[in-house]
Amino acid sequence: MFLQVNGLCSGYGRGTVLHGVDLEVDRGEVLGLLGRNGAGKSTLVMTMLGLVPARQGSVRLDGREIVGLRADQVSRHGIAVVPQGRRIWPGLTVGEHVDVVAGRRPKAGGWSRDGVFDLFPNLARRVRQPAGLLSGGEQQMLAIARALLTDPALVLMDEPSEGLAPAVTRQIGEVIGSMAATGVGILLVEQDLRLVFATANRVAVMEKGEVAHTTDTGTFRRQPELAHTLLGVG
Amino acid sequence: MPSILASNLTSLLNGLSIGFLLFTLAVGLTLVFGMMDVLNLAHGAIYLAGAYIGWYVMGADPTWTVFLAALGVAAVVGLLAGGALSLLVQPLASRPHLDQALLTLGVALILAELLSMAFGDDVRSVSPPSALAGSVDVAGGSYPIYRLFLIGVGLALAVVVYLVVERTTVGALIRATVADRDMVSAVGVDNRKVRIAVFGAGVALATVAGVFGAPVYGARPGLDWTILILALVVVVVGGLGSIKGALVGALLIGQVETFGRSLFPEFASFVLFGALALVLIARPRGLFGAPTGVKV
Repeated sequence: MFLQVNGLCSGYGRGTVLHGVDLEVDRGEVLGLLGRNGAGKSTLVMTMLGLVPARQGSVRLDGREIVGLRADQVSRHGIAVVPQGRRIWPGLTVGEHVDVVAGRRPKAGGWSRDGVFDLFPNLARRVRQPAGLLSGGEQQMLAIARALLTDPALVLMDEPSEGLAPAVTRQIGEVIGSMAATGVGILLVEQDLRLVFATANRVAVMEKGEVAHTTDTGTFRRQPELAHTLLGVG
Repeated sequence: MPSILASNLTSLLNGLSIGFLLFTLAVGLTLVFGMMDVLNLAHGAIYLAGAYIGWYVMGADPTWTVFLAALGVAAVVGLLAGGALSLLVQPLASRPHLDQALLTLGVALILAELLSMAFGDDVRSVSPPSALAGSVDVAGGSYPIYRLFLIGVGLALAVVVYLVVERTTVGALIRATVADRDMVSAVGVDNRKVRIAVFGAGVALATVAGVFGAPVYGARPGLDWTILILALVVVVVGGLGSIKGALVGALLIGQVETFGRSLFPEFASFVLFGALALVLIARPRGLFGAPTGVKV
């Protein structure tokens, strides 16, 4: 598998949040990651990025170990994030977001300024606007654009539908589909089952800091009682 | 009446020259705090080191060349000291603010002691470059040319800093780091380099301000704390991490300080901290502090 996470443990202070997470994502695959609040989904994302230190276990991307690297090194190895709450830089304009990321590395066939503006024409029209004044949907597009500009091989998306209108969520679903079609692997953390069912090849469910269940999306959909017991929904 | 006008104008101009000097100092403090969460309490001592560099290099009757040489020496010393200081605080990056404050406070005390050992406890006064000595008539009163020069330099410096931070890609990177440094790392930027550079530039601004300020405020033990407290008040009034805030706060505190001293000489400190309290009651995060986190 392209991404292999084995026995990953981490936490904050004295508390342990991840108790040995195992999961895999292939190239061009979308893995939907579900779980109740507090199951450790966001901590998993932050640990894989190197922003929360891993205490044990391994994360291999294309065979290379990335546990122990700094976040900027992880990014250069090809992992990008669309974080929970979007975390765009509110005082910077849309154009400055692009410049800060894209102005930094020589491009050879990767994502460019024009490329992301073709993908998100709304952003192209607001180049000079401070990102803090964009709508929630536009901020999410900007967060995705920022991730794409690092030319990732794997994108970690943490609740991209949070607080967005259904039409915008559908648009994000389309973008996820087209990213995966170019061979990018995607770990999609989501509460919105419709978005997961529309995009994910497989579904994993986290419980108490571990992956409790993994199956393909079709099987998961045919077992609503599973969603009920694991997630408390449905 | 004209004499009241003249004395008020003098206070206004003095306030402007202190204000721009404070802005030069506050820029380094506020950006370093915004980017690294480090409140550099050695900033006042670093200013004083700059003032002593000015005194030592410029001598009794400085020419332009000597003055520029003093500025150059101060800038180089500041860049190196700032880079070293940023490496010193790096290991404490994840520790609480108080630990970092203790470290920079220790640096401040050691530096102040070293300066006092090297230059003694006397007040060292510095002459301005001879071309800028003397006074001119301003609205019926006479006013030192050097202070007018200081206002001009401060204004130019404020414009340059503002343009670099607000209008360039490097500035955007600095503002992004202030707003959310983890996301800057997550797009592949090794922000340790950015931190060293900003820390170095901030400290260099403080040593350079020391040279510029020396002909007006001299160099003496204790000046470091006076300057540090004023700069801290500016940063808190303006909002931590904000360049605009540092500028507005510095100009405001410059006026409060000089008018406070000329109108209520016995209560000058109360006026200063009264102004601070008023701003914090109305806007707890300072004039330009962002509601969540800090931003420029």
